[in-house]
Amino acid sequence: MVEASVTSLRDAADAPRDADHPRDSLIATFGADKPLALDAGVELSPFQIAYKTYGTLNAERSNAVLVCHALTGDQHVGNVHPVTGKSGWWETLLGPGKPIDTDRYFVICPNVVGGCMGTTGPASTNPKTGKPWGLDFPVLTIRDMVRAQAMLLDHLGIDTLFAAVGGSMGGMQVLQWAASFPKRVFAALPIACATRHSAQNIAFHEVGRQAIMADPEWRGGRYHLEGTNPRRGLAVARMGAHITYLSDAALHRKFGRKFQDRENPTFSFDADFEVESYLRYQGSSFVERFDANSYLYLTRAMDYFDLAADAGGVLANAFKGAPTRFCVISFTSDWLFPTSESRAIVHALNASSARVSFAEIVTDKGHDAFLLEEPEMFGIVRGFLDGASKARGLR
Amino acid sequence: MSNLNLPNIERTPGGARVDLVRVAEMVTRGAKVLDVGCGDGELLHLLGETRGVDGRGIELSREGVNKCVAKGLAVIQGDADTDLADYPDDAFDFVILSQTLQATRQPRVVLEHMLRIGRHAIVSFPNFGHWQVRMQLLFAGHMPRTDILPHSWYDTPNIHHCTIKDFRQLCDEVGVKMEKAVALNAWGSPLRFNAPWWFWNLFGEQAVFLLSRTR
Repeated sequence: MVEASVTSLRDAADAPRDADHPRDSLIATFGADKPLALDAGVELSPFQIAYKTYGTLNAERSNAVLVCHALTGDQHVGNVHPVTGKSGWWETLLGPGKPIDTDRYFVICPNVVGGCMGTTGPASTNPKTGKPWGLDFPVLTIRDMVRAQAMLLDHLGIDTLFAAVGGSMGGMQVLQWAASFPKRVFAALPIACATRHSAQNIAFHEVGRQAIMADPEWRGGRYHLEGTNPRRGLAVARMGAHITYLSDAALHRKFGRKFQDRENPTFSFDADFEVESYLRYQGSSFVERFDANSYLYLTRAMDYFDLAADAGGVLANAFKGAPTRFCVISFTSDWLFPTSESRAIVHALNASSARVSFAEIVTDKGHDAFLLEEPEMFGIVRGFLDGASKARGLR
Repeated sequence: MSNLNLPNIERTPGGARVDLVRVAEMVTRGAKVLDVGCGDGELLHLLGETRGVDGRGIELSREGVNKCVAKGLAVIQGDADTDLADYPDDAFDFVILSQTLQATRQPRVVLEHMLRIGRHAIVSFPNFGHWQVRMQLLFAGHMPRTDILPHSWYDTPNIHHCTIKDFRQLCDEVGVKMEKAVALNAWGSPLRFNAPWWFWNLFGEQAVFLLSRTR
């Protein structure tokens, strides 16, 4: 179990504050005249989107790059995170002179709907009650997230994205963009993702959700109102999920069977092994920056993702006639979104005669590789965007 | 797959491989082209520069694919033997198989797929009937090694060698129309146009065929 004595940087009571008033972010608000129509059949209104931008929008408004974040990411892709103090989650890939070159492109990174870093989600205040939404918040889909992002682009006066880029859940959003708004995306770069969430992945998510809901502090999702926080449940969910982001080889290389600060086993359930201590740290640091209900909603959105089902069962139809050019990237040791899933995307794109590139990167770092320094991936991202920018006539 | 390293192959003064230039000459300007076994993308690049084509590629080797994508080419990692089946009919104007036919497991199936996916197919391959090949086997008694067949028998990716005569026979069996054919000598120059086939089969080091469907 996670140490109960971890000093909290941030309390459950702080979460709604961050959810409504994010630090170091831009906010677009959408009033009663601009509701977000959700797949669940209800409307979310009013709502807000917290986002960050990097670089400058050109006069033609043609150099915008949308970066879509993963399950537990947020809008702070290229700057020091205001809550954790850590550098931006894709700062190696994005910045001046980097593959996603902010000297050339105008990068927009919004927090997804259902998130907890300033875009409206279950930790935000429900305007009808003046209290956090909790489980009264409607269940979301990836398509809802993308629809909200399209509204943000309208708000910014950007008709067509030069590129949409993202990994994992971010990659799902990129694919959804190409399927929902093909004419608004010139180039799409889905990384380490799939067109549907597999049974195994839904199963892992369910374990995470059950861990949260089994925490007595969860209080049926009303913990914000009752002054509790299901930190143990959320930490266990994170620990389990974190294993799926790595690989057997990476764990072995990093930790092996090494003991944590001791010579011998203690014959107890203390964190004897380094890998245990590492996971406990991952769990306990995660709860400082993430809302448990948000975790429930976002994992659910990923579970529901199935582009083929939306296109009458034929995946190729999801991309039919899409003018978008694609670059699909997978990693050899990713068992959460294995290469076979990326191949399915590529086959569908070929069948719809889309312009597609596909590369598989050799790495033992698992799913997390998309967030790490991977020179081969960086070369491909740079080459693909360069080629696309020539075709787009960008300078 | 065709990431065949051919360091000794002839090049034009512009630096392009002569066999690729011959292939490029057969492609209509602005056509939609699939290069099967595109290696590091040299032909796709040449076709883009000289013929303004909308080019795509399939390549087996990961290094080849990653080099191509980093150059901005639309290339996917895949296998000619298994992945052509996933392409719809008539998706391309030209499907090209350059120096790769002899490395496929099922050359006939690959050829049939090429002409299903594309209205035209261009196939180039090293001619195993070339006199140097014949001489090496006949007099030296070992498996032939030449500039365009540089591998030893035990490490060659080329598992289905054929002669120009063999390939013509395959075309007849599959029922494809030969629109154009060029045989190149060891220096990459085309052989005399009106030379008989037996002459090509003996003196052509490699051949380039432009094919189309009979129906």
